Amino acid sequence: MTEKPHVSVKDLHVNARTDSGRMVEIIKGVSFDVAPGEMVALIGESGSGKTTIALSLMGHTRTGCHIASGDIRVGDNAVTSMTSRQLAAFRGTGVAYVPQSAAAAFNPSKRIIDQVIEITVIHHLMSRSKAETKAVELFRALGLPNPETIGKRYPHQVSGGQLQRLSAAMALIGDPELVIFDEPTTALDVTTQIEVLRAFKSVMAKKGISGVYVSHDLAVVAQVANRIVVLRGGEVQEEGDVDQILNEPAHDYTKDLLNAFKPATHVAQGQREADAEPLLEVHELYAGYGPTKDGEPVAKVLKDVSFKLERGRNLGVIGESGSGKSTLARAVAGILKPYRGYALFNGKELGAGIKDRTKEQLQKNQIVFQLADTALNPAHSIESILARPLAFYHGLRGAKKERRVIELLDMVRLPANIRHRLPEELSGGQKQRINLARALAAEPELILCDEITSALDTVVAAAILDLLKELQRELSLSYMFISHDLSTVEAICDDVLVMLQGEVVEALPASEMSQKAQHPYSKLLISSIPKLDTGWLDRVDADPVFAAQMADR
Amino acid sequence: MQAGQAVLFWKVLRRGFSLRQSFISLYLLVQVSKRLAIALLTLVIVSFAVFFATELLPGDVAQILLGQAATPEAVAGLREAMGLNEPAFHRFLFWLIGLTHGDLGISYANNMPIAELIHGRLTNSLKLAGVTTLVSVPVSLFLGIGAAMWRNSPFDRMVSVLTISVISVPEFMVATLSVLIFAVWLDWLPALSFGADVGSFSDMLRAYAMPVITLSCVVSAQMIRMTRAAVIETINTPYVEMALLKGASRTRMVLVHALPNALGPIANAVALSLSYLVGGVIIVETIFNYPGVAKLMVDAVSTRDLPLIQSCAMLFCVSYLSLITLADLIAILSNPRLR
Repeated sequence: MTEKPHVSVKDLHVNARTDSGRMVEIIKGVSFDVAPGEMVALIGESGSGKTTIALSLMGHTRTGCHIASGDIRVGDNAVTSMTSRQLAAFRGTGVAYVPQSAAAAFNPSKRIIDQVIEITVIHHLMSRSKAETKAVELFRALGLPNPETIGKRYPHQVSGGQLQRLSAAMALIGDPELVIFDEPTTALDVTTQIEVLRAFKSVMAKKGISGVYVSHDLAVVAQVANRIVVLRGGEVQEEGDVDQILNEPAHDYTKDLLNAFKPATHVAQGQREADAEPLLEVHELYAGYGPTKDGEPVAKVLKDVSFKLERGRNLGVIGESGSGKSTLARAVAGILKPYRGYALFNGKELGAGIKDRTKEQLQKNQIVFQLADTALNPAHSIESILARPLAFYHGLRGAKKERRVIELLDMVRLPANIRHRLPEELSGGQKQRINLARALAAEPELILCDEITSALDTVVAAAILDLLKELQRELSLSYMFISHDLSTVEAICDDVLVMLQGEVVEALPASEMSQKAQHPYSKLLISSIPKLDTGWLDRVDADPVFAAQMADR
Repeated sequence: MQAGQAVLFWKVLRRGFSLRQSFISLYLLVQVSKRLAIALLTLVIVSFAVFFATELLPGDVAQILLGQAATPEAVAGLREAMGLNEPAFHRFLFWLIGLTHGDLGISYANNMPIAELIHGRLTNSLKLAGVTTLVSVPVSLFLGIGAAMWRNSPFDRMVSVLTISVISVPEFMVATLSVLIFAVWLDWLPALSFGADVGSFSDMLRAYAMPVITLSCVVSAQMIRMTRAAVIETINTPYVEMALLKGASRTRMVLVHALPNALGPIANAVALSLSYLVGGVIIVETIFNYPGVAKLMVDAVSTRDLPLIQSCAMLFCVSYLSLITLADLIAILSNPRLR
């Protein structure tokens, strides 16, 4: 490259002060360049420092962190040696930021348009009416519905995908030379993600802006970036063109990341016997939330859901957020009382609510929640968390109980001495294992897994899936696996239910989802999953069937 | 209103509010009336509690009024005349109906209508509370928001030390010390604040200065701390960080982005502190010999003047409830998601 890079980061070190006052180096000498008009992706798991690096390009560090040494240059601005007044003038015009969660980054008490054009107000770029006209143009370019009037709404009145595109408009209004995207599609459904990605890509290409794209998702990055920087523990592991990283990774960690992506085909464990009694049979289930009126709740979520789950087999439930997946898990677990329909467990009717169930039914049917952070009591040690179901279901006490706790920890591949720690002293993956061990303590036959890998990094999530499979072999369990991530479901399930607006639109065998899908929504969902392939987004766009389905939405 | 006018009025209304907006304002109306209904219900429950709590006070009113030397016949006669032999619940209903008509009853102690007794005292109390509010609320908001804006700066530390020391010093100490300093040593201000002899503006300033300073110390500390906490909480949100990344100045971040979202908690903190100014100022009223309602109620307790006690209690409750309801309404109005 003979051209002078637009952004150059040289030997960046960022330090953080821990609660105990110790200094920890979180970015350890990172260097990379971004050429004009180029999109560079920073890839890594949580804690790899990718967001810290991205924010430092704007001269900003989160509370407790500071740039210890190194040079950052953006255009002609030496970011690391600017005063706070110069930085304020530089932010918004020289470099702009698209946040991870637009829902949190929009001020809930101000209208959208006021926030989108705020950069022009702060930097006195243009008159208000001009800024509003420009905003409407951007809304249109980003494919937002009702571009003329959407700005008059408050943030809570538009959808998550729309907010994410609005946040891109907010970043682009000041004509920045560099835009930083901080995991902008992580919080979105796949069907929404594809729209947002397409909008970003076309606007960036049209304006020729350089970009830095922070993500943990290689498949997403493959669609938008030209070059990838792989980060781990605050250090660059590997840097190269997208094709090189995807096809000829040099570094072991990059290979791990790619392997975690490979769809592992699942082989059914349980033998299907035609006359065998299903483990769980759900019959025309209706459930909802809110105050009841004429025996039916005001907000109806599940409508007429029926399915069978055979012993030793796994059922996946997929659908976008708001489709009723988690509600189904809660209704089967008895946390939410269905108002119509029933479920049979081992051929016997399952009580509607938790209070209506026998202790044995409760024991055989366990649920694992998405966020181990909120599901584990932060004040209890791991031992007392695991001991509670042991005492409740099996009446274990004293030495026997302790032996069983150690056994359970061993089952989820954790060392025995971890039992004296508190949840906050464990990593995210370890916490999720404890969460699972707590369900196992009851010795269940069915485990309802509600998005249990969604909050985890790719490599950690892959390890949890392996663990689930091993446990199934050892303990003859069945899983009902709720997820929005189809590749996860593909990796562990035998059958899949596709849900849309509280109804099951289709039941498919997991191994042949894409071939057998008939319902338009299932097809859309399956084709929206990004592939590890740089041309995927463009090819999907060109597909006339797909385009027609997107237009219907 | 003529039919034509009504149609025109309706058309203007329809044009002014799009369908969606009128739906929102209807929702708002429901919310506001809910709040008011809850306040009213609370008031009825409190009136019940107040009435029966005063009933439980030991001693027979007729006996106390007539003194130890009264004959049993005289006491019985007085009881009959005062209607004390009626069942308590009947008397409660009569009292409640009277209250809704603005009839607070007759004082036992000096046979004057309670409304008259309270009237002058309430005016005094409200004057004092009003002046204190005018002084303390702007000062507290300024200090609280400032401390949040420049968190961990010397200014913030100074405000923290100041508020904590003011909270920990009891108000009688502040009052006594200020009398000692300003009235006795420096001889700048009168030691007593007679509400009556305020002639000119400077007289009023002099008369109110010390009670207002004392009361401001009491109510400001809490307001400053709550304001600071509420603003800091919103400063730590992603949307304020977003404003920073847009290049907003610190002032803009706090005043435009953080403050509107902290209004609800701040309004509640202010209301809670101010509600103290009507009924809770007995110490200040005593030390500065200020004739307000708090003192009236204490006098009423010592003379066992039940109707007066009840009326004062209801008065305090009304002022408290209206402040809290007002704060709730501000919280609803400042939040588009509740609006």
